[in-house]
Amino acid sequence: MDSTLLVIQILNGLQLGVLLFLLAAGLTLVFGIMDFINLAHGSFYMVGAFFCATLTLWFDSFLLGLLLALPLTLAVGVVVELLVVRHLYQEDHLQQILATFGLILVADTLVHIIWGPEGLTFALPEVLNGQVTVLPGIRFPIYRILIISVGLLIAAGLYWVVARTRIGMLIRAGASNRRMVGALGVDIRYLFTLVFGAGAVMAGLAGLMIAPITEASIGMGNEILIVAFVVIVIGGIGSIKGAFLGALLVGLIDTLGRSFLDGMLKLVLSNQAAETSAPAISAMLIYILMAAILYFRPQGLFPPKGR
Amino acid sequence: MRQLVQKPPGRYWLVFAAVLVLLLAPAAIAYLDQPFYLDVLMRLMILAIAASSLNLILGYSGMISLGHSVYIGIGAYAVGIPAYYDQYNGLLQLALALGGAGLFALVTGLICLRTRGAYFIMITLAFAQMMYFTFVSIEEYGGDDGLVIYARSDFAGLYDLENNVRLYYLVLGCLLLTLLLVHRIVNSHFGMVIRGAKSNDRRMQAVGFPTFRYRLTCYVISGMICGLAGWLMGNFTGFISPEMMDWTRSGELIAMVILGGPGSLFGPAIGAAVFILMETVLAEVTIYWHLYLGLLLILVAKFGRGGLGGLFQRNRGTP
Amino acid sequence: MNAPLLEVSTLSRNFGGIAAASEVSLELARGEVHAIIGPNGAGKTTLVSLLAGELRADSGAIRFRGETITNMPVHARAQRGLARTFQITSIFPEFSALENVAMAIQAHAGHSFRFWRPVTQNAILQQGARNALEQVGLAGIPERNAGEMSHGEHRLLEMAMALATQPALLLLDEPAAGLGPEETTAMVAILRGLRQDKGILLVEHDMDVVFAIADRITVMVSGRTIATGSPEEIREDENVRKAYLGDGVDEGA
Repeated sequence: MDSTLLVIQILNGLQLGVLLFLLAAGLTLVFGIMDFINLAHGSFYMVGAFFCATLTLWFDSFLLGLLLALPLTLAVGVVVELLVVRHLYQEDHLQQILATFGLILVADTLVHIIWGPEGLTFALPEVLNGQVTVLPGIRFPIYRILIISVGLLIAAGLYWVVARTRIGMLIRAGASNRRMVGALGVDIRYLFTLVFGAGAVMAGLAGLMIAPITEASIGMGNEILIVAFVVIVIGGIGSIKGAFLGALLVGLIDTLGRSFLDGMLKLVLSNQAAETSAPAISAMLIYILMAAILYFRPQGLFPPKGR
Repeated sequence: MRQLVQKPPGRYWLVFAAVLVLLLAPAAIAYLDQPFYLDVLMRLMILAIAASSLNLILGYSGMISLGHSVYIGIGAYAVGIPAYYDQYNGLLQLALALGGAGLFALVTGLICLRTRGAYFIMITLAFAQMMYFTFVSIEEYGGDDGLVIYARSDFAGLYDLENNVRLYYLVLGCLLLTLLLVHRIVNSHFGMVIRGAKSNDRRMQAVGFPTFRYRLTCYVISGMICGLAGWLMGNFTGFISPEMMDWTRSGELIAMVILGGPGSLFGPAIGAAVFILMETVLAEVTIYWHLYLGLLLILVAKFGRGGLGGLFQRNRGTP
Repeated sequence: MNAPLLEVSTLSRNFGGIAAASEVSLELARGEVHAIIGPNGAGKTTLVSLLAGELRADSGAIRFRGETITNMPVHARAQRGLARTFQITSIFPEFSALENVAMAIQAHAGHSFRFWRPVTQNAILQQGARNALEQVGLAGIPERNAGEMSHGEHRLLEMAMALATQPALLLLDEPAAGLGPEETTAMVAILRGLRQDKGILLVEHDMDVVFAIADRITVMVSGRTIATGSPEEIREDENVRKAYLGDGVDEGA
């Protein structure tokens, strides 16, 4: 195996991992605290990307676009929580699935109405376009390093908030025992809106960071959302630590599987068999991983206590 | 005996009328020379079969699967892949569809059914997505772009599916068979066990039922019926692609079941009809019809417990 | 038939270092009512769960009708004739009273992989369910939706579900909890009528009920058994008086 390629693919895997974490963190918190399944979480990923694309093109500044898109995504998240989601906490999962599936259709159509059917692309500023030397002889795009750094910083920040602050204490209490939070005399509705909004912003950040590499497009959040579900199921629904480790695991396995599996299969199979089966198997890898983990631990790796 | 006989056909005349209309529809459509509507009805009935199969696990046994469209895909590929090798034997394709769907349900069910609640929802979703990406990555069968099926299933020339009206009556027959089957299953000894496990699984085990194997069997039956729907879909569209098992298709199936009323015999068929009707009518008016569908789903989730099927049935399976 | 119906030896179960059951041993013969009493948190419900199979023991053994069932799943124990009622009512609220009982009988009437014939045509289930409802005095309301019945009726319904399967051993977790005086009297009468051919393990807080029907009493405190004996012996036992019964016992006698 080529070690340069290995290092680069590990970095790519990390990049996918942190993006998945940004999506999964909101999902897992919203589920852990409000017992709410949000299929429309990927819509914030898409909305963040579109806001950032439009604003970047307007102001001709990615930084400005990014800084303005985040509060806008937060606003969308809060409005959705107040208008729709809040009224569904008491309903069972089936109703939540139906409503948030409806939300996806609404969000996708609204984006279609506002931005048209085509995706939006925009270029990165010159500074972020280059490559840096990460190890002697191995160069990697600056922007991707930036994504990884931002993701890790947010993960660390989130960990600090959850582990060290009063809000974090409430969040942890909420994840393991919902009634207790109410008993503490906290206005639980405020906490719910805050957590939902924070989840939306993190998803939006993930979307807008990836948009310059791919593009902002309708439905872009729907596919990665499923992988984020795999992440939180592996990690244990409601657990931030589980979401983080699950995201990195899934990101790395998926990326490394796609690039190295055919090489490994060639050791045991004929060249042709390896080349035809490798893409299919590597597409299945993370799901096989999930199945294996759930077979032995039906509650995921880090199930929140008390549930 | 009111409760014990969970008697679905509450308003026989409505059911009778609906069957009559469906029986006569091809003649009327031929008279009006509007073949488009024959296609609409076929799609509607195929989706009604799929939604009814989902209802068996979702409505009657409380297993919320968000990956049910995978069985439509499996059934459709059971037509497409043999056809790719010039193998059009209808019985073989049908056996592949039912067998493939049943096997997939059995293997994934062994893992899914160990989990509960949200885990179950997400793991069914993930397994379906696994199949989706698997077929996307198989270049041989068209990958993302899918495959065109040039000829429909062949039954040794005995029943010619190339004739659209023939296919229509086959679909109708399959739909009626599915509804009869679901009706019998739900009211059978087996049906009591799966409904009891939905109501109170812990209690079921305490009275002596090994509920896991019953729920797994139900999961497999449901998958196979949906595989049948997929087999019909493959024949009907003459085109298959991974997109048929995309998870949003599964979301649509769930929407149909809930729109019509989970746990009611005709609910899923009614839900499928509403869905197709909206698609056909609204799409004429606006390309943004998904917006209205989305809003309807949100409203139904909040206010429409029991769905529309409750109107057609006196006793509902859900409390 | 000298072997006891149920033989529990040094059964233990810990929850995070706290012993909910610690080396519990007891025996129960056919035709015997064996009551487990003790203050809240003594481990009585843990013991019932261990016996029913919802919890697995860390150590120790359970023998039932001469067979070791220590690691058997819940449904397999039920199949072998071990029926239970729950401390917190556990029924099928969406089904009628008759269906609730018929469900229990169906579990013991061979496998249920029967997909076609309506369950209502099974006369054995129907008749058996009616008989069991009659046995507990619920004959008048077979069609009532179980979810709409009163608490007292729920307790009786659970009893009917347990009896309908003709079990060899009944595990009753506070069958009289929340019942009024008349309902309690009726429950005691039902329990009395059952004792000839079954073993009954009774967990109960109501000392009137316990001393009215128990042949033997085991006292549990903090997961341990501190005394076993006839009602008289237990009433006279100094340890029991100190640890648990207090002065109220004389009134209860």
